Amino acid sequence: MPIDFQFIAETLIKIVVAWLFVMLVVAYMVYAERRVLALIQNRLGPNRVGPQGLLQPFADLLKFIFKEEIIPLAANKWLYLLAPIVALVPAMMVLIVYPFGPEVYIPFLERKVSLYITNFNVGLLYVFALTSLGVYGIVLAGWASNSKYSLLGGLRSSAQMVSYELSLSLSVIGVLLQAGSLDLIKIVENQSGFFGLGWHLFWFQPLGFFVYLISAIAETNRVPFDLPEAETELVAGFHTEYSAMKFALFFMAEYVNMFTVSVLATTLFLGGWNGPGVEQFPLLGLFYFLIKVFFFLFLYIWLRGTLPRLRYDQLMNFGWKFLLPVALLNIVISAVIGVLTT
Amino acid sequence: MIPLSWYLALSATLFTIGVAGVLLQRNVISLFMCIELMLNAVNLSLVAFSRYLNDITGQLFVFIVMTVAAAEAAVGLAIIISLFRNRETLNVDEADLLKL
Amino acid sequence: MEILFLMLAALAVVAAFNVILQRNPIHGAISLIVTLCALAGLFLTLQAQFIAAIQVIVYAGAIMVLFVFVIMLLNVRTEEAKRDRQPYLKWIAPLLFIALLGEVFFVFKAVSTPPPAELSAANPAHVIGTTESIGQAMFSLYVVPFEAASVLILMAIVGAMILARRERAPRVEGAAIMAQSAESQTITEEKEVAAGAHR
Repeated sequence: MPIDFQFIAETLIKIVVAWLFVMLVVAYMVYAERRVLALIQNRLGPNRVGPQGLLQPFADLLKFIFKEEIIPLAANKWLYLLAPIVALVPAMMVLIVYPFGPEVYIPFLERKVSLYITNFNVGLLYVFALTSLGVYGIVLAGWASNSKYSLLGGLRSSAQMVSYELSLSLSVIGVLLQAGSLDLIKIVENQSGFFGLGWHLFWFQPLGFFVYLISAIAETNRVPFDLPEAETELVAGFHTEYSAMKFALFFMAEYVNMFTVSVLATTLFLGGWNGPGVEQFPLLGLFYFLIKVFFFLFLYIWLRGTLPRLRYDQLMNFGWKFLLPVALLNIVISAVIGVLTT
Repeated sequence: MIPLSWYLALSATLFTIGVAGVLLQRNVISLFMCIELMLNAVNLSLVAFSRYLNDITGQLFVFIVMTVAAAEAAVGLAIIISLFRNRETLNVDEADLLKL
Repeated sequence: MEILFLMLAALAVVAAFNVILQRNPIHGAISLIVTLCALAGLFLTLQAQFIAAIQVIVYAGAIMVLFVFVIMLLNVRTEEAKRDRQPYLKWIAPLLFIALLGEVFFVFKAVSTPPPAELSAANPAHVIGTTESIGQAMFSLYVVPFEAASVLILMAIVGAMILARRERAPRVEGAAIMAQSAESQTITEEKEVAAGAHR
């Protein structure tokens, strides 16, 4: 089998670009979160490092690198070191299926390049598989730290993620019934009707979107479902005992997961790169895609500035007794619509 | 192309490791994990046969095996929890009264 | 392709040995997760993408999370060195292992493995293993096993709930008190776990 060097080089470049982009988004997401929260709470936020505090993420990074690495005496050393890696690596592995945009023509190189790294026919399952592995990072961190706050945070977090994963995957089934594929690219292409507004959100999946959004926020452990790291009762939850770069890895994993969830919401419900005029100017697709993703990221911050935290039993009751039945109902509705329209 | 016998050999090796584990371990949870290991070894040969005979049945069988494994894990772990509540141990040799 | 197989196979076997030789259940569980992921990779070399994804989601993502969760909940650190009631098993296990392995390989050697089925254009391999092919087979030819499996899952849910439930206060006091006791129970459970962490 001849080795296609051009293909390999192209893929490698794409991976590096996508990786750098995601890292940059993560860094500036933290900055944006602090600034927007400050705006909501009527204060200034970080504004000293660089113009408008724009270099703050790099200052934070330097601080993380130069902090002292502390491993608690009673911790299980191997697992303690393994946990942040297990949290971050699967989160980063998802980025090879992000559908950033359609095929675009690059004028100087005389070739068409698709704005996604790869696609395969179980793309969505691949995403779910990797996000379900992310739980281990949190569970192991909680257990290996050998501290009661960490353990409680880890236990809560794993119970929460396992519970909400159910409604998360069930909420997506309606979309799959309509698109007839697990390939993310095909799902996006399926929504290109009505001048690029044939989004699943409008066409028969509003309920699925609602369930997806709530369980996705719970899945990423964010406000109002941030029980695992409830400061007032659990110090910092599963990463109480983590310091310096290891803590930064957890932080990065959380933000990459938020990005993944936003990308999935965009892809499955908001039409991905579709929008008016994408047929004529494919590069516009990338722009639409990023706008939609950034909207979801902003929504995270907005919610954090607005909502109080749920109590643990409320969280479980809500997940099992309300969200799960609604997700099941959505599948029935989608199936009925599917039968009626064909 | 990889010969079928390689997959079967690997599957057999994993299965025997699982059998040896059931004899070596005394912890209920570890025993349980050895059983999962054996189930997975069988899954591997099923998928390999499905590929080499070009028949989907093997993969469906794997699907059913996974369902059974999930059910088994749920019930088994529930039993383990109630065993631990009553006996304060996870050693299988300590649970020999045929009742909880 | 062969190199990929050998690497994944070596990873699976080493991790599997770690599962049975570790004294600490949580290390065993993590080794088992590594084995499961290696097996998912092997399924990919067999072009069974759907099964590979399901392997990671169901086995590594759900079943093993349950295992790790229970290990954490019961807070089993290392096995307590109690008296061993069946010490001879330690000697039988390696012997049986070698015997069984030898036997299986002997059978392989005796029975020549059939050549792989010819993959013609009309019967390409990549059709086997896609989500569509599995779905079609499952909901047409194998719909009865599928239904049986779903009934099994339902029974498992009910059984697990009955088994894991603790005896509670009598039910005559009304639903409000029930809910309250359930709440306080989760709190005491968490406290127990926390106390166990420092045992």
